[in-house]
Amino acid sequence: MEEAAPIIEMRNIKKHFGAVQALRGVDLVLHHNEVLGLVGDNAAGKSTLMKVLSGAYIPDDGEILIDGEQVHVNKPEDSRRLGIEMVYQDFALTNNLDVAANVFLGREAVRWRVGPIRFMDRRHMEVRAREVIDELGIDIDSVRLKVQNLSGGQRQAVAIGRATAFNAKVIIMDEPTAALSVAAIQEVLDLVKELKAQGCSIIMISHRLEDIFQVGDRVIVLRHGRKVADYPIAGDIHEFREQIVACMIGARDDFAEPVVG
Amino acid sequence: MSDQMAKPAVSTRGASVPRESLTWRIIFGRQEIGLLAVFLLWCAFLSLATDTFLTSTNVFNMLRAFSWIAIAAFGECLVILTAGIDLSVGSNMALSGLASALLLTAGMPVPVAVVGGLLTGSMVGVVNGALVTRFRLPPFIATLGTLSIARGITFGATQGWPVRGLPKAFNFIGQHDVPVGSWGVPFPVIVMLILAVLVSLFLSRTVRGRHIYAVGGDEEASRLSGINPRWIKMLVYTSCGLLAAVGGILMTARLGVAAPTAATSYELDIIAACVIGGVSLFGGEGTILGVLIGAAFMQTIRTGLNLLGIQAYWQPAAIGAVIIIAVMFDQWRKGGGWGDLKIFSR
Repeated sequence: MEEAAPIIEMRNIKKHFGAVQALRGVDLVLHHNEVLGLVGDNAAGKSTLMKVLSGAYIPDDGEILIDGEQVHVNKPEDSRRLGIEMVYQDFALTNNLDVAANVFLGREAVRWRVGPIRFMDRRHMEVRAREVIDELGIDIDSVRLKVQNLSGGQRQAVAIGRATAFNAKVIIMDEPTAALSVAAIQEVLDLVKELKAQGCSIIMISHRLEDIFQVGDRVIVLRHGRKVADYPIAGDIHEFREQIVACMIGARDDFAEPVVG
Repeated sequence: MSDQMAKPAVSTRGASVPRESLTWRIIFGRQEIGLLAVFLLWCAFLSLATDTFLTSTNVFNMLRAFSWIAIAAFGECLVILTAGIDLSVGSNMALSGLASALLLTAGMPVPVAVVGGLLTGSMVGVVNGALVTRFRLPPFIATLGTLSIARGITFGATQGWPVRGLPKAFNFIGQHDVPVGSWGVPFPVIVMLILAVLVSLFLSRTVRGRHIYAVGGDEEASRLSGINPRWIKMLVYTSCGLLAAVGGILMTARLGVAAPTAATSYELDIIAACVIGGVSLFGGEGTILGVLIGAAFMQTIRTGLNLLGIQAYWQPAAIGAVIIIAVMFDQWRKGGGWGDLKIFSR
């Protein structure tokens, strides 16, 4: 069987902010139905790389291919249209609105329109939000609950639900477990497995190597805006951790340019 | 902004939202309900304590007296929902009414004068919106400036003299009673009720209305969801200016004179109507129904104290006490602290 083109391929992505070279030509490949861990020390360029993919930043150089076709992602709406959804570290939910409103925020279902005024299909949004929540197996009593009344784990679940409600092919998660309790962390990791089972491809940024080891298929390590390691996750967690940490701190570099002379 | 219809792959027709056991939370979680109860008790008390309160003459006089305050307060509500504030509404009412009056005395027909007044008010709103979004001024400061500028223009344009001798056809707008059954309902009251329904539907049923709540709740989260907060803010400040102009024109037509001192310090009554009505100064919470009850409540306090024979001098103190109690109730209901008010910062 021939190898399908990867769902996402980023080639030679460069991005600088003033004098700071945040990304120095990074390649990233995400295969179909794969969970890819993205790790690195602070300021390694993880979030910048993902913001390039989600359209929040425009890269200085490099190209993005989806299913082997080159695409242009200039704003968040572009990536959403291509089936790429980002789940932000701080959830990016509006606490004063209810669950259904948050799931559909910025993409409200429209029942009818009068000139520029669009009337929402609130019933459809509530029913669909309920379905999304149930599909993910999230325990939330009512989609009419305001987000401010939810726990941290439930909020993260709503943020993920929002990403999945529109048939996302690729979900990017920025530190999905950073702000959560131990019990909630396991719930979110189970959610990631569930999403994979449903056919999604996932990129997960995390500082918690044990989380990546538990749900990931492969891991990429960034350091100072360069990719320094890229390997499948297998074997023993202690060995895995040692390898990753060595790459993160610069003791090991699989992609170093050979020293000439 | 994405216009796409988010229809699911499978039809949801026939599916139902599971029964929500939230009835009690919804009833007690909404300030309007508690406020309405207190308001009705106060009205019942006044009806029993005085012979004149519950007469159609008094009721319609009160309705007319707060109608333009309420109309301007609808606009203020939109602004406060985005965690902003518009202090220029009182001055804007005077300026818009004056603009109409000046067009009339220049010989323009009534419709042209009314449209001119509405455009004037909207322009003040556009300036407020631009100062807040483009020049990144705190709303409190930006609109404090335009409050003074708009008032200054009314004095400068009239040299301090009121504009009199407005045509009857114009004054008709503010003074006419529309026969409804055996009552004569003042025209401004009808305008107020129609606008209350329209703005309320806009806020609760439309995409833009929901985005106003979203921007007030969390501006950054809204931006990441594809909402343009600058656009929403321009919309609310402009709408606020337009609604202030509607109120100002009705007020001017009722009085039959455009005085440069008209509507002085009305911004406080207008903001108070919002706050009493449960619109949170932190943004993201409040309804037009609440604002309407808030405005009505303030008017019945004024009229009621009069009818009870208490000197008018004491009215501001009573209004002030009600504002404080209303906000304390709001805080207690939410069980939260004060947090940080965005109206003083960006």
